[in-house]
Amino acid sequence: MMSLDSLVQLLPDLNKAFFQTLYMVGISLAVAIIIGLPLGVLLFVTDKGLFLENSAVKSITGWIVNLIRSIPYIILLVALLPLTDLLTGTTIGPTAASVSLSVAAIPFFARMVETSLREIDKGVIESSVAVGATSWMIIKDVLLPEAKPGLIQGLTITTISLVGYSAMAGIVGGGGIGDLAIRFGYYRYDNTVMITTVVVLILLVQIIQLAGDRISKLVDKR
Amino acid sequence: MIEVRNLVKVYRSKKKEIVGVNNVSLSVKAGEIYGIIGYSGAGKSSLLRCLNLLEKPTSGEVEIDGVNLPSLKGEDLRKARLKIGMIFQHFHLVSSKTVYENIAFALKAAGKSKDEAEKRVLELLDLVGLADKKEQYPAQLSGGQKQRVGIARALANNPKVLLCDEATSALDPSTTKSILNLLKDINRKLGLTIVLITHEMEVVKEICHKVAVMQNGEVIEEGGVYDIFSNPQEPLTKDFINSILQFELPQQLIQNRKGKIIRIQFKGEIAEESVVSELFQKYKVKGNILHGKIEYIQEIPLGIFIMELTGEDSEVERAIEYITEKTRSLEVVHDVA
Repeated sequence: MMSLDSLVQLLPDLNKAFFQTLYMVGISLAVAIIIGLPLGVLLFVTDKGLFLENSAVKSITGWIVNLIRSIPYIILLVALLPLTDLLTGTTIGPTAASVSLSVAAIPFFARMVETSLREIDKGVIESSVAVGATSWMIIKDVLLPEAKPGLIQGLTITTISLVGYSAMAGIVGGGGIGDLAIRFGYYRYDNTVMITTVVVLILLVQIIQLAGDRISKLVDKR
Repeated sequence: MIEVRNLVKVYRSKKKEIVGVNNVSLSVKAGEIYGIIGYSGAGKSSLLRCLNLLEKPTSGEVEIDGVNLPSLKGEDLRKARLKIGMIFQHFHLVSSKTVYENIAFALKAAGKSKDEAEKRVLELLDLVGLADKKEQYPAQLSGGQKQRVGIARALANNPKVLLCDEATSALDPSTTKSILNLLKDINRKLGLTIVLITHEMEVVKEICHKVAVMQNGEVIEEGGVYDIFSNPQEPLTKDFINSILQFELPQQLIQNRKGKIIRIQFKGEIAEESVVSELFQKYKVKGNILHGKIEYIQEIPLGIFIMELTGEDSEVERAIEYITEKTRSLEVVHDVA
């Protein structure tokens, strides 16, 4: 049964796991922004009728993105173990888990970016072309600022998905809250741990969503 | 300033080809305000967008200030566009940028430094009368104010040509008037050549010097605005003019008349002469004005009256002859006899 005592006992482990989760999600989110954002922009601007239209680049990039996105995360996790070993020198722990999380996050966020860019009024892009702006200027000064609310929403969704994925990383000893839930809660039938971790995850997701909505609204000038 | 020769724009989709612009040639002189009027789907928007290569012409030449635009690519095309301003029906301002930043963006495109840009933006805001709105976002502005920002942005790099894509169609009548006055003003002050497309003859009447009427991708009639107004040839042109100079008399009114109903058109100076009063002095006829209007098109009056003439047949005949001679434009609309 759930008791205050066992909850107190759990606290140090839970605390550690919580920060491991933040660490994994943080790293993969950073990688998603650094690589996924440009990738999403590329997917958008090479589309038909846009200022860097290029059907070859568009379809190859789109194909790779779809390929990675179609692999279930749990399989990706295992399949990427050799790469993980190569990059981090280990296949267990949060740093190792960050590799597969990043790989999953990049195409996910790239599509999010593409979708939010699509919502920009084409006329605004056109007026920037007509004014004589360079492609780089249009991306930096028009596309990204105009899509900012959508990008933040996309980032929020990506973060929440990563929290979910990171729980799965527990299966290969990735650490984090999910790992705790699986090892103590699931394998040892410890309901206290199970419920506590689930509550923590629920709260975490709620907070992320709330923060995302707030920030997105704040930057919206439309 | 602008020479368009045999311009063709064909839109190809998988199943069919649609001809947007069909072999259009036209020429716009420097400092002119040139209107292109047509209903939606007439190809006027495609034509305009071919002028700054937002759309690539299928064939034909577009020469602006001596440069053949379709031959330009990449950086050269971008530089050429700096000298061609464009404003839009729905303004197309960057919503995440302030008024100031929207205009400064155009100057940044031209490689201007921050200081140069600041000086110019303030100048432009003064010109369009929005000096107090520079820190506002587009969403906080009215339609007319947004279009003023659009105009300021389009003029930022001192273009030679301004293209207006239905620039007043989304605005209410009084705002339309103020925007048209602003365009007229900058045309005079800066000697800017303006090409505008519209579906409202009112806009053409207000500010254009020349007008081309488009239908099915072709220019069907072209000429000075006054000439087109006073002597339209094509049915569509007449339609557009009728939208302003409405002279349809109720059928019932005509039925009950006893005399001849004539339609007289006075052009230019003759509209100011006293042709009608002389008529009544010279001939024994009575006149009854059923409808009348004098429009000023580029400050030249164009008067149209519909009158009923009664009296002895021979006197009426002679009166009609007299007016025909004086005005060269008389039409017997209805004859009871």
